[in-house]
Order: sequence, then C-alpha cells, then structure tokens
Amino acid sequence: MPKTLSEKVWDAHAVDSPLQEQARRAALAEGGEAAGEELLSERTDLLYIDLHLVHEVTSPQAFEGLRLAGRKVRRPDLTLATVDHNVPTQDRDKPWLDPLSTQQVQTLRTNCEECGVPLFDVRDGRQGIVHIIGPEQGLTQPGMTIVCGDSHTSTHGAFGALAFGIGTSEVEHVLATQTLRQARPKTMSVDVTGRLGPGVTAKDVILGIINRIGVNGGIGHVIEYRGEVIRNLTMEGRMTICNMSIEAGARAGLVAPDETTFTYMRGRPHAPKGEQWERAVESWAELPSDGDATFGSEVVLDGAQLVPYVTWGTNPAQSVTVNERVPDPETLPPPLRESARRALAYQDLKPGIPIRQIAIDKVFLGSCTNGRIEDLRAAAKIVAGKQLAAGVKAIVVPGSGLVKQQAEREGLDAVFTAAGFEWRDAGCSMCLGMNPDILLPGERCASTSNRNFEGRQGPGGRTHLVSPEMAAAAAIAGHFVDVREVL
Amino acid sequence: MRQVRTVRGKAIPLDRANVDTDQIIPARYLKRIERTGYGPFAFEAWRADPEFVLNNRAYDGATIMLTRQNFGSGSSREHAVWALEGLGVLALVGSSFADIFKNNCFQGGLLTVELPEQDIDYLMARAEELPNSEIVIDLPSQTVSVADGSWQRHFDIDPFKKYRLLRGLDDIAMTLEYEPDIAVYEAKRSERLPVTA
Repeated sequence: MPKTLSEKVWDAHAVDSPLQEQARRAALAEGGEAAGEELLSERTDLLYIDLHLVHEVTSPQAFEGLRLAGRKVRRPDLTLATVDHNVPTQDRDKPWLDPLSTQQVQTLRTNCEECGVPLFDVRDGRQGIVHIIGPEQGLTQPGMTIVCGDSHTSTHGAFGALAFGIGTSEVEHVLATQTLRQARPKTMSVDVTGRLGPGVTAKDVILGIINRIGVNGGIGHVIEYRGEVIRNLTMEGRMTICNMSIEAGARAGLVAPDETTFTYMRGRPHAPKGEQWERAVESWAELPSDGDATFGSEVVLDGAQLVPYVTWGTNPAQSVTVNERVPDPETLPPPLRESARRALAYQDLKPGIPIRQIAIDKVFLGSCTNGRIEDLRAAAKIVAGKQLAAGVKAIVVPGSGLVKQQAEREGLDAVFTAAGFEWRDAGCSMCLGMNPDILLPGERCASTSNRNFEGRQGPGGRTHLVSPEMAAAAAIAGHFVDVREVL
Repeated sequence: MRQVRTVRGKAIPLDRANVDTDQIIPARYLKRIERTGYGPFAFEAWRADPEFVLNNRAYDGATIMLTRQNFGSGSSREHAVWALEGLGVLALVGSSFADIFKNNCFQGGLLTVELPEQDIDYLMARAEELPNSEIVIDLPSQTVSVADGSWQRHFDIDPFKKYRLLRGLDDIAMTLEYEPDIAVYEAKRSERLPVTA
C-alpha cells in the first residue's frame, strides 16, 4: 500500500508487541466483552523514540516522578538536555536575578548528572534553544522520531523526521521506556506552488498557511509541506515553516528529505561518516511520500501570490499582508468576530488603520522560529549602515551559542550594535518572557517569534509576528514598512 | 493516574474560542519544580477583570468547565492541566481541544468531552442562566446529561483511553510490562542512528 512520508516513519517506529496482545486477550477473558471491545479496538501505537530533547522547564516533575517510582532513564544516550527557556541573555556569569530560574536550571543539572543525561549547560558553547541545537549537531536526521516537552518540536520535521511536542507526564514516560503511546494522526498535504517574490520569506509562507487553514485547521493532523516553494527553501526556511505547524493546531509538520537536507547535514558532529553516510543517504532517499499515496486532506497555495504578513491580533491566524489595514471585526465571518473584537481591544488597535502606520516600541530578533544564522544575516542586510528609529529598543538573541559565534565571525554583531541593537547570548528570551527579556504593559513589539497570544511576551505586552527582514525594517522606520521597498 | 467514572457538578461557562495555555497559566509561573500550587495563577490576566466568569461567586465549587473550539492551544505545558486541577476542575466539555493539551489532560485524569458546537451553545446558555444547575458526565455510558435528566448527549472517546481512565492505570507501569517487546525492537535499530553521549 502506498504511504506518505509520515506514515512510513510512524510504521517503522511502531513497536510490535505480542505481550500487549496477550494482555488484551487476558483482559477480554476476564473483564468480559465490554473491556475486551475497548482493548481490541485500540487505535494507539507504542512508538519507539529515537531522540528525546529535554529542557529545564518541562522536565523537573518528570525526573521527580521517576525517582518516586524507583525507575531509571532507559536510554540516556538517546537523550540530550540543554537550558534555554529561563536563561538570562546577558550578564550570565553574575548571579541571576531570579532565584526560581536559578533553582530550575540547577535542578536540571542535578537530574542530568544523576541519570547520566548529556547536558549543554550555560557555559557550553553549544548551548542554545533545544530546536536549534538538535539540527546543528546533526542529531536531527531524516526518518527519526523526535520528541521534547515543547510544542515547537515540530521544527525537526524539516529533515523528514516525525517530531512533536509532549507534556511532562509523557516526558516521564519516554525517560522510563523510550516509547510513547500515541494515536495515529491524520495526514494533510500543504502544497505551496510557484516561486516566492523578493522579500517574501519562509515566515510569510507559514503565516499565510495559518491564515488560510486557521489556528485549529491542523488539529489531529501531521502536515507534509510540499511543492516548488518548499523544495527551493533552505533548511533554515523549512525549519521556520515546520516550527509553526503547531500554530495551525497540527501535531507535526514535515518536509521530505532531499539534496538540500543532505548538504546541510554532511559533516555535522553526529551525522553518519564515510561509508555509513552513503548508506544513510540511500535509506533516506526512500522516505519521501509514494507518488500514489493519498492524504486525508489537501491544501494548495500559490507561492507567487504570497507577500509579507503582519499579525494584528492575539492568535497567529489573525494576520493581514503589510499593505492592508487592520480589519473591521464586523466584516469578518461571524465565528471570527468575537475573538477579533477582543483581540483589537487587547492590542489597542482601531479597525481600518493601515498596518504601515502601526508604531512599535520594541523589536525582538530570535527564537526557535527565526533565530538561525540565515535569519540574522537577512536582518543584518536590512540594518547595515542604518540606525534604530528614535525610541525603539531592539535585541538580537541568537538561537544558539554556535549561531552566535558564526554571526560574530561574519561581523553581524558589529552591524547590529552599530545600528543600536543589543547583541545577546542564546536562549528563548522574549519569545515567552520567562527570563528578564519582556515587554512592559502596553509596549508594542515587532517579533520574529511564533506566538502573539495575550501577555506572551510580558503581561500587557502587544506582539506582532513578522519575518526577520520585516522586523529589521520596522526597527529602522519605527513602524511597519513593506520590506520589499527597502531591499 | 486518577481513576475516573462519573463527574457531577456545576459548570463554569468559559465562552471563548482558542483559549491558549499561556492564558491558562502564564510562562512566568512555570519556574516551580512541583506539580501543585498553580491554581492561584490560573487565568491570571483575565481574572483581573471583575466581570470575568471565574470571578462570579455563583460558580464557586464548580467541577466542570465549558469551553469552545481549540481549547488549550499553544504551548505543551502540562502546568495548564495542573492549574485547572488547582481550580477544582475535574472535567472539560467543549467543541474541540488542542492535541497536546488533550493528551496532557488524559495523563492527569482530567476528563475531556467533545460535543458538537450547538450542544455547547445549549450548555453554555444553561450554565449562564442557571449557575447552580448540575451536569453529570458518565464515562461508562459515555453520556453528558443535565442533572434533572431533561437533556442528554452521547460522546466519543478512544476506547483504550476509556479503559485506562476507568481503572486509573499507571501508563508507565503498563508500558513496562511490555518491556521485552521494546527490547526486541531496540535490538533491531540501525547502528547508524545517532547517540547523544
């Protein structure tokens, strides 16, 4: 039977369990027909997990659970931890201001030490956002199953891995068993045809997709992104797109591996070497969806029609293109009106205002969505030789220590600081405001992150999601501008 | 896992779509290393508004929350489930739930019931009009009813989830019973797959 990419990865990781079958039959005999029916019609599979990424926020209760039950981490060698959510992005060597953040990071250290889990700690040059470091180290590979207690785990799908976020109880389950019990997802293909115009980025593609299918359009689905636009994207761009799959409600997002994937991976620390590499590439080449495979649903977008997007509301589907105006909730379809009214009140925006007239206070360049080297290069190009608009504060937070080093080798840090941006250390930072980098109440931010939820970047803060190029252009102008006019 | 059979109680009508987990529990409260103590911070920003439904004393003691589509979207934080439990919520009845959130609810034994939008309309209106009226969710028969018996609906649930909820089975203990099968799978994994250590 023809299969899609995600079905191939799923089937290759479903643990065949005769013991489970036996247990079910025993329950059937003992518990009578009702119990048996419940058990035998089960729609979940026990999936083996190839890579488990761990960070300080969603893991302490999981390790504690293991300890209380007297259980061990089954495969510390398939587990990698780092600190990203809480860490300050400046003055790291001084005592941290927040004792709770300090305690949470210290707890992760102790847990990793006790359980033998490798940790990229604050002073490790490889430390960074968990979804940046996996690909960077070559640990993220096509055809793997990858989980992490973080919804943006979908990022790793850019390599043709099945990667998704889990909660803390599931983190504990994976630590103890290296497996996860999951319901088989539905499949969806999103085909982005044609070619993108200049100044239109991967971020605009995914904002356009979310605008089209809505924040719940992907519930229960794994999305496979296909089409000419996706094939022509770099790995960084594909990661940006897969990263925000969760913002459409999807379980995961994937892109079929190809030469672009292999070129990115070759020579990375954990990528296969020598003859192993050749054999790995051969097996990865079999992963793409079969030509006659069918998807549960299919969406097609014309890439040539896409232009830079700016979100105006408080969910990632509430967006328009840069030359449009803030919509009037009364003109939207009835189910969208109430949340649009609430969003405009929270964002302090009036219907009909041109997006380009919205003035900003802060700019955040970074996150697992847009904190990679290519994002920083693109933003630096816009910023070079210019100055931040009066009154605007801007920070650049590289996604990892290695991204930071690379950017510094290329002189990007000097470009940003000369323009008045602050150049910081790696972490999640202002994407979710768990560290000191937050918006103050009422402040408005052009952000390259993934969520514009109420209070996400700080209580009372107002977020507009954009591409790195658009954020950079807004930082210089002091309000949103069409980046295509300043390229 | 907590054993679940029946949940009976007053219902809080939280009549908003796409409620994300940042609203349920803001990130700045995720720094604790315990599973409890999140209730006081649940919906913190919205609770600042005296008109917000959770500030209405008429719903004090409610064990059921009525929700709209895509409830629990966004971040995977299980702290959202712990925060709802901290409010005394034992079951959610809504038109749809975000995937990761739904899994997290199941892990904690917080029952999620999905009904068509028009049924949610009915329950919302009723809860707003009659805050003291109770709802009964019965897992064995997969039904939601108003306590006076005047209205009842059937709901779907994954049979295996139902089996485990009714018995309060420990997920990890159950999987570990199949450990030999996991070991067989593990032995056949390709040697090319990466290790972190």
